[in-house]
Amino acid sequence: MRVPLSWLREYVDLPATETGRDVQAKLVSAGLEVETVEQLGAGLKGPLVVGKVLTIEELEGFKKPIRFCTVDVGTANGTGEPQEIVCGARNFAVGDKVVVVLPGAVLPGGFAIAARKTYGKTSHGMICSGDELGMGDSTALGGDGIIVLPPEHEAGTDAVELLELVDEVLDIAVTPDRGYCLSMRGVARETATAYGLPLRDPALLDVPAPNSFGYPVRISDPAGCDRFTARTVTGLRPDARSPLWLLRRLQKAGMRPISLAVDITNYVMLELGQPLHAYDRSRVQGTIGVRRAEQGEKFTTLDGAKRVLDAEDLVITDDRGAIGLAGVMGGANTEIADTVVDAASGEAQGTTDVVIEAAHFDPVAVARTARRHKLSSEAARRFERGVDPQAASAAAQRTVDLLVLLAGGTAEAGVTEVIAPSAPHTITMPADHPDRVAGVAYGRETVVRRLQQVGCDVYGQDSLTVTVPSWRPDLAEINDLAEEVIRLEGYENLPSTLPKPPAGRGLSGRQRLHRRVGRALAGAGYVEAPTYPFVAEQVFDQLGLDADDPNRRVVKLVNPLSDEEPALRTTLLPGLLATLRRNDGRGSHDLALFETGLVFHPAAEGTALASAPPVDRRPTDEELAALDATLPEQPRHVAAVLTGAREQAGWWGKGRPSDWADAVEAARTVAREAGAELIVQQGQYGPWHPGRCAELSVYLESAEAADGSRGDIVPVGHAGELHPRVIKALGLPARTCAMELNLDVLAEAGEGVVRAPRISTFPVATQDVALVVDQDVPAAVVEAYLRDGAGELLEGIRLFDVFTGEQLGEGKKSLAYALRFRAADRTLTVEEASAARDAAVARAAETTGAVLRGA
Amino acid sequence: MSAPNKSYDPVEVEALKPEVIERMRDEALAAFAAAADLDRLQEAKTAHTGGTSPLALANREIGALPPQAKADAGKRVGMARGAVNKALAARQAELEAERDARVLVEEAVDVTLPHDRVPAGARHPLTTLSERIEDIFVAMGYAVAEGPEVEAEWFNFDALNIGPDHPARGEQDTFFVEGADAASDGGSAADSGVVLRTHTSPVQIRSLIDREPPVYVICPGRVYRTDELDATHTPVFHQVELLAVDEGLTMADLKGTLDHMVQELFGGEGMKTRLRPNFFPFTEPSAEMDMVCYVCRGESVGNPDRPCRTCSSEGWIELGGCGMVNPKVLTACGVDPEKYSGFAFGFGIERMLMFRHNVEDMRDMVEGDVRFTRPFGMEI
Repeated sequence: MRVPLSWLREYVDLPATETGRDVQAKLVSAGLEVETVEQLGAGLKGPLVVGKVLTIEELEGFKKPIRFCTVDVGTANGTGEPQEIVCGARNFAVGDKVVVVLPGAVLPGGFAIAARKTYGKTSHGMICSGDELGMGDSTALGGDGIIVLPPEHEAGTDAVELLELVDEVLDIAVTPDRGYCLSMRGVARETATAYGLPLRDPALLDVPAPNSFGYPVRISDPAGCDRFTARTVTGLRPDARSPLWLLRRLQKAGMRPISLAVDITNYVMLELGQPLHAYDRSRVQGTIGVRRAEQGEKFTTLDGAKRVLDAEDLVITDDRGAIGLAGVMGGANTEIADTVVDAASGEAQGTTDVVIEAAHFDPVAVARTARRHKLSSEAARRFERGVDPQAASAAAQRTVDLLVLLAGGTAEAGVTEVIAPSAPHTITMPADHPDRVAGVAYGRETVVRRLQQVGCDVYGQDSLTVTVPSWRPDLAEINDLAEEVIRLEGYENLPSTLPKPPAGRGLSGRQRLHRRVGRALAGAGYVEAPTYPFVAEQVFDQLGLDADDPNRRVVKLVNPLSDEEPALRTTLLPGLLATLRRNDGRGSHDLALFETGLVFHPAAEGTALASAPPVDRRPTDEELAALDATLPEQPRHVAAVLTGAREQAGWWGKGRPSDWADAVEAARTVAREAGAELIVQQGQYGPWHPGRCAELSVYLESAEAADGSRGDIVPVGHAGELHPRVIKALGLPARTCAMELNLDVLAEAGEGVVRAPRISTFPVATQDVALVVDQDVPAAVVEAYLRDGAGELLEGIRLFDVFTGEQLGEGKKSLAYALRFRAADRTLTVEEASAARDAAVARAAETTGAVLRGA
Repeated sequence: MSAPNKSYDPVEVEALKPEVIERMRDEALAAFAAAADLDRLQEAKTAHTGGTSPLALANREIGALPPQAKADAGKRVGMARGAVNKALAARQAELEAERDARVLVEEAVDVTLPHDRVPAGARHPLTTLSERIEDIFVAMGYAVAEGPEVEAEWFNFDALNIGPDHPARGEQDTFFVEGADAASDGGSAADSGVVLRTHTSPVQIRSLIDREPPVYVICPGRVYRTDELDATHTPVFHQVELLAVDEGLTMADLKGTLDHMVQELFGGEGMKTRLRPNFFPFTEPSAEMDMVCYVCRGESVGNPDRPCRTCSSEGWIELGGCGMVNPKVLTACGVDPEKYSGFAFGFGIERMLMFRHNVEDMRDMVEGDVRFTRPFGMEI
């Protein structure tokens, strides 16, 4: 809502020294979001006067048409002689009244005017356009060209005052609960309260009593329309134009002047907040009705759009059918006609008789219709937020008065008012409720006074009976009333106290794990990169997933930002790899990135909700379960990707490229933080290089697991080098590596409380063995059997070398292990250590075919 | 060694004459002093203190002397040997110090050489800022609550008093999720009742439903709105919301909690918040919250000589929305509004990161460029 300060002063006697910024501060404190205060005509300095065009000489020989004019500016130029002005605009003729700026003046934006030579003439000033004067849309005053004023204004009249060029406009973002502030009346009421000044309520008009000979109206749907006032004005002069003051107020309020009748209805809407509609009476046939539309009914709104109506849409009708979408937009079929001037006779033809509608419609019906037809109008905005039903007849009267005054019309005596009976809304509230909400002792007297300022009637002592004013349908509950009291007493005056929550338990284990995982990966050199979860389904082809891979089943958006990416991720890799590619493209070639975040797997089919639970009670556990069943599974994953050097080359020596093992190590780092033992096995999965893919799993306790078992082995993810085809398809650097884990499963697999190991202080006995096995025997398997065979004397085992070579034979590899033995109670003899080693080797030999090298 | 000889005249033993012993001592001292390095000193040590050194040999002669002479000679030789050993130790220490000094100088390196073998990683500032805020409230006794990002409309809207006709449910803000069987029957896609949560408020609802009051929770998380990414908007962003429901909570408690938060986050004197009336369906009364500009602390207002870029010389920075939990919300969660009241607030982490750390473009927080993230390290 744009509120010109000059207009506001009509209803509240603000001190002359109050600026727009002052009023802004007061209104902000009262809860109106005054976003800006626009300074109209800032820096404007006259002389700026009305001029009458006396002569026009077309200058030839220039690239564009140029006119040399003489203009009568009265005595404003000091001489009374015609003013000579060069002008490039063409939308005026001899005899027209225009706005002339004379040398010495300054236009908004610091544009100083002086006599200057141009096109071979001297131009003593300028004929102005609306833009140059900072007036906003000036279509009604000459459109894109210069302003052409109505003829009644005398040459030489000061145009700064005439056009009200200097003003301040408050731009207020009106919240949904304050529909009444979409009017000058409402903003004036808040201003009056904020300043403690009386309000001149523009809705206090003498309105004739309704009678039976007004325009016939029949309401078939009183729930959709509980009030309808109709008034008729006849004999409008089609050539009557909106006066400057009216145009300027509309312009400042941000509305485009259209025609006198429409401008008047808009003006009254801005003033009183009541949307109005003017029908061309000659085009309305019979009784005006209000009903719901028929499903599929066709109707053309006055913006020219053909619309197919829904059975819920509320329509205004005449005997032929719909003539308006109630509270949203009128119809083309009864639109006020544009005035057309007959070229031969010079006579203006246009609408002469109008029916004025001032009605009150159901906010929900209007909101739904506006949304259904994607048709947002000034009227709909107001009805959605609540219009004062009691102001309808005053608004109709005001419109009639202005039509009579400005268009020479005659008000018909008939006054139609159809009103569905309703009682004013009352609320019972303990008098100290605002005190308890605020934590401030206002006292009953203050509470009552503030509510009265809002317009409420208040009765009672400890328990107040509050009747809310008709323009505040938002005041429905006791907390609404508390807010009114507290905001008028000033939110800024609230004290600052701290509640005392019961003792807390800190972060949950899961939350601590998520932080640890982030720190551990960052500590290992990875940079966190949260990515958007939107993916294209083609990415699963690029990732090489099988046709039946469960990760191809996605949750889809109805209205994605990009039709290219309608799905939600089932893996973190697409986002993270895109981020890697972006960084690489920007010149960072050595990269290690990670992300933790949710992935989404569709809920089972047939879980759609029959109906949402009500909100007047807690949902039952069954209702809650049904709600949750509609949701996808949303586990938290962690992923890491690498490319380029893992270790940089430098003065210390060579660098090391990142490889599959780094990806596996990243997974181990995460598992370590989770306290879970990560089982690494050779695997094969779409995105990964078939020979360089680790399948990762953990032991998960299960109810069915046998005693002594470590539980079920549950897969948690993969790590390794990406498949060359994937790297090519996604445009990644060669040898890019990645890992992804299900963090939720990993968290469950955590071992819990660590039991301290017993530390033996006896000396260690070390034994190295090199075992030759087939190439395809996993080192992890060999190690597991060595451990198994070595028995409890084994303290540690470490693979320190892997070797292949001709001397081993085709398809063989040598694994060299360092075994550390120690006893808890004695120093081991060489024989004991050797025996343990031999047992370990024997076990590995019998299970994996390992042969002790050099044996 | 000779046998004791009681008649032996010490004067007759050449090696034990005082002047001879003095000479031996002086020769040893001179040799040590002359030793230029530890090797030379080692040679001199062998020559003058070894088993065959003159003093050692002289010492052997003492045993053959008569008792009186034995004492005299012993004392003389002992003193001489003491002096020699002392001089040797001193010279040894001196030469070792010299050697050490020389070797350590030779071993010197350029400690300014860079060592960026494995460049440091970092956590994203959106994560760490969110954690920082969580920690402030966890320290006060709040719990951190989390919930699903794909959420039922009932939690995201209905329970928050955002009825079916509220404009916020229109398509302009919310990502709607297709129903499970939308693909097969082709219709009713928008009626799945499931959305990408538009705020973390559904977590508040879940907390109120799952827990018995008093409830004090902080709800951080990712939220979604259908805004195109540009310098000031992102369709995926992060919020932190707080909810306190207890007996007798007031707007003053809300104000105090906000004041505490900005003091903890921005530190120092004069940090406080300001409430301005506003409207949200889930709170009543509702307010917009501003905090004092932490850079100029309000001193740039009306002071053109000291303009403030952070707050555009407004003195205040807009934080987010807050208010007293609407009793209708409590009712929907099964909490008796006659007995309990509550307050809630929420704000965007991106916005706070922008003004707290001078981030000028939203895209920097979204694109995952390592050059942006690295300087933020582990905590913020």
